[in-house]
Parts: sequence; structure tokens; C-alpha cells
Amino acid sequence: MNQALPKLTLKDFSTDQEVRWCPGCGDYAILKTIQKLMPELDAPKENQVFVSGIGCSSRFPYYMNTYGFHTIHGRAPAIATGVKLANPELDVWVVTGDGDGFSIGGNHMLHVLRRNIDLQVLLFNNEIYGLTKGQYSPTSKQGTRSPSSPTGSIDLPLSPCEVALAAGATFVARSIDTEAKHLGPCIRRSYEHRGAAFVEILQNCPIYNDGVFENVKDKKSAADNRIEIEHGKPLIFGAERDRGIRLNTLTLTLEVVEIGKGGVNVDDLLVHDESNKVIARLLSTMTGPEFPVAIGVLYSERKNGYVEDVREQQLTIRSRERGDLKQLLHSGNTWQVD
Amino acid sequence: MDLVEEKLDEHHLDAKQVMDVVVRFAGDSGDGMQLTGANFTQATALYGNDLSTFPDFPAEIRAPAGATFGVSAFQIYFGANDITTAGDAIDVLVAMNPAALVTNLPNLIDGGLVIVDSGAFTEKNLAKAKYQVNPLEDGSLDAYRVLNIDISKHVLAAVEPYNLSHKEALRCKNMWTLGLVMWLFDRDRTATIEGLKKKFTRQPEIAEANIAALNAGHAFGETAELPSGIHVYRIPPARVPPGTYRNITGTTALAWGLIAASELAEIDLLFASYPITPASNLLHELSNRRNFRISTFQAEDEIAAVCAAIGASFAGSLGVTSSAGPGIALKAEGIALAAATELPLVVVNTQRGGPSTGLPTKTEQSDLNMALGGRHGDTPIAVIAASSPTDCFEVAIEAARLAIRYMTPVMLLSDGYLANAAEPWKIPDVAELQPFPVRHQPPVEDFRPSLRDATTLARVWPKPGTPGLEHRIGGIERSYDTGDISYDPANHQKMTELRKAKIAGIADDIPLQEVILGATTGKLAVVGWGSTFGAIHQAVKRCRADGLDVSHIHIRYLCPLPKNLGDLLQGYERILVPEMNTGQLVRLLRSEYLVPAEGLNKISGQPFKIGEIMAAIHQEFAEVND
Repeated sequence: MNQALPKLTLKDFSTDQEVRWCPGCGDYAILKTIQKLMPELDAPKENQVFVSGIGCSSRFPYYMNTYGFHTIHGRAPAIATGVKLANPELDVWVVTGDGDGFSIGGNHMLHVLRRNIDLQVLLFNNEIYGLTKGQYSPTSKQGTRSPSSPTGSIDLPLSPCEVALAAGATFVARSIDTEAKHLGPCIRRSYEHRGAAFVEILQNCPIYNDGVFENVKDKKSAADNRIEIEHGKPLIFGAERDRGIRLNTLTLTLEVVEIGKGGVNVDDLLVHDESNKVIARLLSTMTGPEFPVAIGVLYSERKNGYVEDVREQQLTIRSRERGDLKQLLHSGNTWQVD
Repeated sequence: MDLVEEKLDEHHLDAKQVMDVVVRFAGDSGDGMQLTGANFTQATALYGNDLSTFPDFPAEIRAPAGATFGVSAFQIYFGANDITTAGDAIDVLVAMNPAALVTNLPNLIDGGLVIVDSGAFTEKNLAKAKYQVNPLEDGSLDAYRVLNIDISKHVLAAVEPYNLSHKEALRCKNMWTLGLVMWLFDRDRTATIEGLKKKFTRQPEIAEANIAALNAGHAFGETAELPSGIHVYRIPPARVPPGTYRNITGTTALAWGLIAASELAEIDLLFASYPITPASNLLHELSNRRNFRISTFQAEDEIAAVCAAIGASFAGSLGVTSSAGPGIALKAEGIALAAATELPLVVVNTQRGGPSTGLPTKTEQSDLNMALGGRHGDTPIAVIAASSPTDCFEVAIEAARLAIRYMTPVMLLSDGYLANAAEPWKIPDVAELQPFPVRHQPPVEDFRPSLRDATTLARVWPKPGTPGLEHRIGGIERSYDTGDISYDPANHQKMTELRKAKIAGIADDIPLQEVILGATTGKLAVVGWGSTFGAIHQAVKRCRADGLDVSHIHIRYLCPLPKNLGDLLQGYERILVPEMNTGQLVRLLRSEYLVPAEGLNKISGQPFKIGEIMAAIHQEFAEVND
């Protein structure tokens, strides 16, 4: 007893399967970050279950040397719910994409979040359908030219984090595929969160939607186009750290201000509070070019989840009276024939 | 074959003793006819008659009072001999208003008894039932015995001491009527009185008022001057094997069968479902049984329900999902995933009238084709069907056993009739049920998820959380040898054949087809499946009593079919297949065995009548003799 478990490494979490994403795909970086993170989580390998739907991102479980279930299009959250209901001890991860998670599987996404099932949803958002060869997705920017929208897509895109918050997710974060130093801690926090944790990962598809997040990733432009948010810290961004986000209390909207200009100082800026859903909602909607894109943990709240409450009810019911089959069959009105 | 009906020998209500009787309670949705029927059923069971019941309620939750489409009815057939249907024609009709009379009168036998509440035959109610003239006054009921009573008036008098509002007082009408019908058949009121006390523990005055109404109805029968030909009828108790009995609906029996299965398999069961008529009651029943190894999950939709069940099975529990036709269609992709990944899954289909929304509250057997083949790809699954309300218990256990033993989806076919119908059940001895404990894959070196049992061809069942068995499965075709993704053409052929052979092999594990009634060869076999059992059984029995060489074969295992079925069928000159669809089993039998089977098809949303099947049997023999 009390014997220290052998320390696992990244290798222990890699499978013998040849990774079949396109060269340069952002998924490689995410895979690496997660394989590296796994040994650090101090969680039994045999308790990790990766469930995915259909799409490029959904190949993910094949490359993780854990339990994995590559299911059907859009249904990973529902299958993961069943896994977690059957065995709450398991650490369940849902890997999905923008089409899988918010188009065909949009309904399940709403409900897994609203029920606050204790699992992690990793949304690889590349704003395009990759595996079916490049059609626009529900997160594609309006006007996206694709095989199914040759003159530009007409649908308005949805914002995954905004929808997750509206659905009642108790943890919502946003990060970037190739930025392991940001992504790793984000995913770790999602793992440590008890309840449904939603992480949107901006992921580059080099084949069908290359560079769609370039302005928030590129070393030169990123500082001006994104804002790394941290709990308790004022919202400052820019290459010179001279810009910030202020709440206009009259219009209840956010505005970008320049620090030191027009009497604005740091104290006037909005301070991020992960427990404040109003702030989380406002930050989740910020898009360029007017606003920087917020990355980091937008929202975190501890609340009982569905599975916990199911367990609790179950324990109460079973402690009151453990079921007895014979008794059940003979319950109510019976009669004897001699 | 054309569907025609033969009138059965009618036991006119002349004698003091009759062998069997059909009573139908009919009224407004709010009249409490289902409760009345349930109490009468209980008293009848305790009296010792065999019985079968069928509630017939409208799709509308609260239809406008007095409307014909709002009539809710409860039919009970009880007697001294074995009873397996809810009866062809009505001997005693209780009609609480004109709508109940107009919709049910055509099925009352000549000389039958009709009990009406004259107080409800107001001009307004007559108009709603489209009666130009009051049928109580124009002689149109002359062919029947009529008990025309102002029930409302009697009820108000009976419950006067309890200070109820006028509306509350009238709610006791059903109990007054029940009291009268209990007098008519010499039933004991004790169980009903106890039940009312229990039901209204918190409102003792309501309980007392209902009991007073019940007793007053009974006393009315005893003391009132009734028209001649209306008296107490005695029905001798049925001779049934000794044992402890209870009354049970198909839904309850199915739920309890699933509970029993989880105990016998020593496994937790997740029942994941989405509300749909007529399947929801299964979810309700199991939600009240979580003190067993049962969890229930009301999913966001049909697809999520099947997927959650599959997730539970992946995690090592038994996943069960349930629906009716439209919902099963939505689950098809999930069922195929369970077949591809070889996970156990029980899918209960409580069939209803289709297509689309069809007739949600009416019964049909039209999902057999979907059960057998309604999936993409070459995706065989096991299919079994329950034949009576009590049979649902055994069939549920069998579905779970096959799903676990063969790591496969199993579709269990029930229907709206079986779900709601009830019959007495000789309670089985729990100790005699055969256990089938689940053995998940134990830790092993170099584990592969493709390992399988050489006999059953079933894949192993590794449980997440077990060290060393980490593995990946999915819907993409997998290598026979390693379980890894494989696009190899020869492998796909091999895996497709494996899936087929695995299901076909179940035939070695199920009983041979038996002949329920009659010889194992002969002139005519009537072959059925599912809820047509009762009607076929009675028809064959009566025809055999008349000297006809006819046998009854009833198929529980529809995929795979029993190994001897083909040979068995070859032994009959003619084969008649009554089905509540346009001929789905008959086509299967013809194509599988090249036998000249002929269909008898009823697609009215109503179960077969005994007389309809008898007529078809007689027609078969007429053709033979021509």
C-alpha cells in the first residue's frame, strides 16, 4: 500500500496508431498538449475515457492510450452522459468540432451543459467542415466561400462560448491550438472543475480554412487582437499594454479605451471576475476587428451536477429500502389459488 | 384473405349462470372509467374468474365534456374458462353519457345490457353525440336490456352527509355505478373500499363519500325494482393451476422483467428514454424502482436516449432504451453503432399505429420490417416479441440475456395493446429464474478489443476503469485481428460475415419452435407473433372443438427464427398468418421457407377479434373442401 505509482510520461498516453491528420493541422498540437498534460493530472490512466463524434477532431481518441469511443456524428455528449451515469468514477472527455458539436449535435451540447454533467468538452473550432472537404460550418464567418457556399455563406455564425454560457455551462474557457502554455493550464482547469467544463480551442485547418485565426496567433498582431484574461486582473491588452476594456455603465456594453488618454487610467478598466456571468457573457461576445478576442477562463462556478444529484437520490432511495425482487412481484393485490 | 367477422356464440343474459361476460365501462375522460375498470378487475380477480382487460382511451388529454372523441373506455372479459382477449362483443355496456352510448352501442350484443345515466342525456350532450332524438325515448334501444337510472340524483343523495361541493359530489358517480355492476356480478367491495381509503388518506371525507356512493349503487341493485331479465349473474370461478396470482399489465411486466434481468445478470441497468405514447409508462414504472440496480434517464431526445444507453453499456452497465415507432426510427443510427462496436443494448419498441404520428394510442404490429431490417448497412440484430401482457416479463429477461451473451443490440417488440392490457399472472418463483451473471473481461497482457468467444462469436466486454484494458472502439470498420481501424476490403467482408454469423448463431441458443395447440402436421397452421396470441389461441381452440384440424404456432424469436420453423411449416397444407399490419411476417415466412402462407391483415388500430380469425379459418377449410 501507499506505494508510489510509477510516474507516467507522454509516451504512456500515445497509441501505436499512425496519426492521420493533414500535415500542419492544429490537432497535432492539441494532441501533444493533452498527452503531455495527462501524466501531470495525477489521475489513473484506466479512468480516462475519451468520447468523440465524427469529424477530423473526433479521430482524437484513437491516438490516446486510454479508454476511447469514437461514436456517431454529434452524439458524443449523449454517449458520454451514459458513460458518466453508469460510472461516475471515470474521467470523461468529449472531443468534438464546430460541426459535430454545434450543428448536428447542437441539441446534445445544450443538454450536457445544462445538466452540468461532470466532464470536459473540448471543442476544436476551425470554423469549417474538414473531413467532408471544406463546407462552411455553424461557426464560419458570414461570407465564407466554400464548395457549398461558392458565393459566400449567408448564415450568421454562432459563438460557441456564448452558447455554452447560455446553456448553463459552469466552466467556460477559450484557448488556442498551438499555444501549449496557455492551452495546457486551461485544460487542466477544466479537468479540475467539477461539473460540465467547456473549452473552445481555436484550431487552424491548413487545408480548408488556413489562417482564419491568424490575427490572434501571429506574433506581430496577436497582442492587439486578443486579450488574455485572468481572474482578478484588469482587462489590459496591446503590444504596449496600453489598451483596456471598460464597461460603459450607461449602455451596459464594453468599450476599448486607451490607458492614459482622455483621463482613462487602469482603475477605470473592467476587472475580470470568473464568477460573474454577466462579465463572462460580455467577454465571450468580443470579436475583431472592433474588440480583441478574449482567451482564458471566462467563467467558473461550482454547482451540483446531474450525476451527483442522481447518485444522491439513488443513495437515499436505496438506503431506505433495497429492492427485493420477490417482494416486488408480490407487492399490491395478490390472491392465492389452491 | 379478406377480414370478415363471425359472431361468436352469445351467452344471452337470460340464465342465472353464464360462462363468460364482456363488460365495458365508457364515459368522458373525466368520468373515472379507468379507475372504475381497475377496481372491478381487482374484484373479479379475487372472485376467481380468469380475465383480460383493455383500456381504450382517447389521444386527447382533456377532450371537451360530452364529445365523442373524448370517450374513455375500459373493457374486461372474464369467465370460468381461460380468457386470452378482451372480448369480441360487449355483453354489458355502462354508458355515462350519450357520446359513450353512440360510440359503443354497435358492439353490444343483441339482448345485451346497457346501463345509462339518464341525468347525462341532456339536450346539450345529445347534440354533442349527434343524436337528433333521445335514444332513451325513441325505442332505438328496444333490442337491449336497459337500466335507465338518474345516477347523478342518486349520487347526490348518497353523499349528502359529506358536505362536498356539487362538482365533487358528482365525481363519485363512477363509484356508484361500480357498486351497481359489482352487485350485478356478485363481486366483493372490500378491496375497493380499502383502496379508496388508501388513495384519499389526506381527504378522508372524499374517501367516505366515494365509499358511500359505492355502497349506495350496490344497495340500489339489491332493492330497486329492476326490469325483468336483469338480475345477479353468477360466473363460476376459473380452474387455474395453484399458486399466487396478481393482475399485471404488459408495461409493468416488462419493467419488472428488466429489473429481474439486472438481478440475474448481476449488473446495473441504465434505462434511457424519451417520452412517447404508448411507451412512456415503462419509463415511469422503472423511475419508481431505483431501489433496484436500475437508473433511469429522461434524455433530451430519442437519439440521446439510445446513445446514453450505449454509453452505459460501454462503461460496463446494461443500456436499455425504449420508444414507439417514430422514436425507434430516430434511434436507428445508434442501434447500428452498438451493432458495429458489439455492445449489448436492449431496445424496447412499443408499437403503435403508423406511419408518422399515425395513431399514437392505438395498437399495430407494423414495425416488424423496421426491427428486422431498418438500419443502414448490413446490420443484423436479434429481434424478439412478447405475446401477452404476462409474457413481457419473460421476454424482457430473454432480451437482456441475448444482448449480454452475444454483445449485440436486441429489439424487443411489444405494442400498445400489450402495454396497456392486463391479465392475471401466476407469480413466478424468483429462485427458479436462471441467473446469467455478467463476466467483464479480466485484466490480461496485450489486450485487444477484438478478442471474442469462439462459440458465440461475441466480443469481450472490457470495463473502463480496469487497468491494462485501455482500448479504443468506434463506428469505423475494425480489423478482425486487432480491433484497430481497418479499411482493408477482405477484412470488411470478413467482419460483415461475422456480424451475420453471430446473430444467426443465436438460433442454437433458443428453444425450437413449438406448436401451442394442435398437431405438428396437418391441414392448417395459424402462425402469429406478438399480441395476436390471445385471439388466435381462442379461435384455434374453438375451431378444434368443432373438429377442424388446425394448429396454432406463435413465434417469439423473429431474428433469428427457430431452427426447426421451416420444417415445421412444411408439414401443413395451408398456413394462415394473422397480423396487425399489411403482411410483414407472412412475407418473411414465404421468402425464408418458400411456403404458401397467406396473410390475414387488420390495420384498424384495434386488436383482432376471435370471430375474425375463426371466420378466416373457416374460409381456409371451405377452400380446402372445394
